[in-house]
Amino acid sequence: MSSLNKSTFFKVFLSYAPLIILFLSVFNEFDFNYLKIENLSFNFIYILIFYWTLKSPDNLGYFSIFLAGIINDVVIGTPVGISSLCYLILCLVTAYIRNITLSPNFVKDWFSLLFTIILINSIHVIILDLVFLIEINYISYVYNTGFTFLFYPIFFLLFNFLSQAISQKKND
Amino acid sequence: MATGRDDFVIAFRSAFLKKKDKQKFSLLSLILLSIIIIILSNINFKPIEYVKIGINEIIYRFSFVISKPENYIKKLNLKFSEHFDLFENYKNTKSELENLRGKQLTNNYLKLENEKLRNLINENIKSDEILAKVLIDRESPFLKSVILNKGTKDNVKMGMALIDGVYLVGQIIEVNYTNSRALLLSDLNSKIPSVLAPQNIQAVISGTGKNYGIIEHTKDDIEEDLSKTDTIVYTSGLGGIFRPGIPIGKISKNSKNKIDFFSDFTQLNYVKISTFSIGDKN
Repeated sequence: MSSLNKSTFFKVFLSYAPLIILFLSVFNEFDFNYLKIENLSFNFIYILIFYWTLKSPDNLGYFSIFLAGIINDVVIGTPVGISSLCYLILCLVTAYIRNITLSPNFVKDWFSLLFTIILINSIHVIILDLVFLIEINYISYVYNTGFTFLFYPIFFLLFNFLSQAISQKKND
Repeated sequence: MATGRDDFVIAFRSAFLKKKDKQKFSLLSLILLSIIIIILSNINFKPIEYVKIGINEIIYRFSFVISKPENYIKKLNLKFSEHFDLFENYKNTKSELENLRGKQLTNNYLKLENEKLRNLINENIKSDEILAKVLIDRESPFLKSVILNKGTKDNVKMGMALIDGVYLVGQIIEVNYTNSRALLLSDLNSKIPSVLAPQNIQAVISGTGKNYGIIEHTKDDIEEDLSKTDTIVYTSGLGGIFRPGIPIGKISKNSKNKIDFFSDFTQLNYVKISTFSIGDKN
């Protein structure tokens, strides 16, 4: 009985793992966006949302993503709503890719991510710079986009492992 | 051609408008909601301001609690490295102390002289300080700020100076009821009216988004003056926001306008929020 409860708890915990990682990332002080290494920064949240909304959207609800965006804005100090908009645009692209793709291909997904991050970061820059008149460093956005693109395969493997564990537990 | 367009429309509608089994909200409605929030946050409307303050209060507290384990590990790491560097630090501190003792004598004399001169022109600088703890120092490459545990209930106001020890580190830019946000000097949007000593040149110091600052808006042939000797940057007090004479950073002879801030912004723990007023002695 005890082992059954344990297993049920673990199953539920695993199914919520992407959501927990998302909220820990937005709430926590540690940020891959600021690694204190010259020019090395990447947006872990973009990778997380891209992977899970593309491969397993049931594990990451759109409303949770919206809420995570609001929290991220408040913690970082950018005008509220910008991150939510960016995250949801990412979901928009993944939803579209999911609907038009018959046989998933990693390389195609990877390059779609690059296109999407360029689009999102452009929107981010336009809103901050032109609407809210906040001065920003364009070069850091370019590095951020590049490294987010480059780091995707590593997290793809990690998330694939997690995704397999979730589906295995589901079928148990 | 028509079939291709139909496919696109079907994919578009299925992806954006329809809710999936486990999704409670459609993507498009949430995107619209985000846009409305962005527009509302740009409007200075009282009820929205109150809602924003409420959300900030809750999220800052949550973030502080969630960051606790990470902060503990950071502190532990710092303690270990401090322990290992103890002897080296002791030697450096000893020689620095001897140096400073000599300088303090000169400083005491200058302080007395300064006070005497202010008395002559019947001027008085009054400053108040509030001690605050840094709750969250999550930085991004785009915005450098910290969240403090003092807000309007402790009389914190917009524009007040943030001081670490005796060094200026930032300025309050957002005040909630129990907490506030300060923009650090390293942020691109930080502009501080300053004076460069010993040259006595007025300048505006701007952040760069990195760990150093640069000089903006000053006289044209400044590079020649800066190349002769090391320069210390102080607040000038122009604009009436900061008390004059708060040390900011140092420009080394060969650093080409690069200002190394005196304070390490990544190690801020307790800071002082300072306000001042210049008035007559009476």
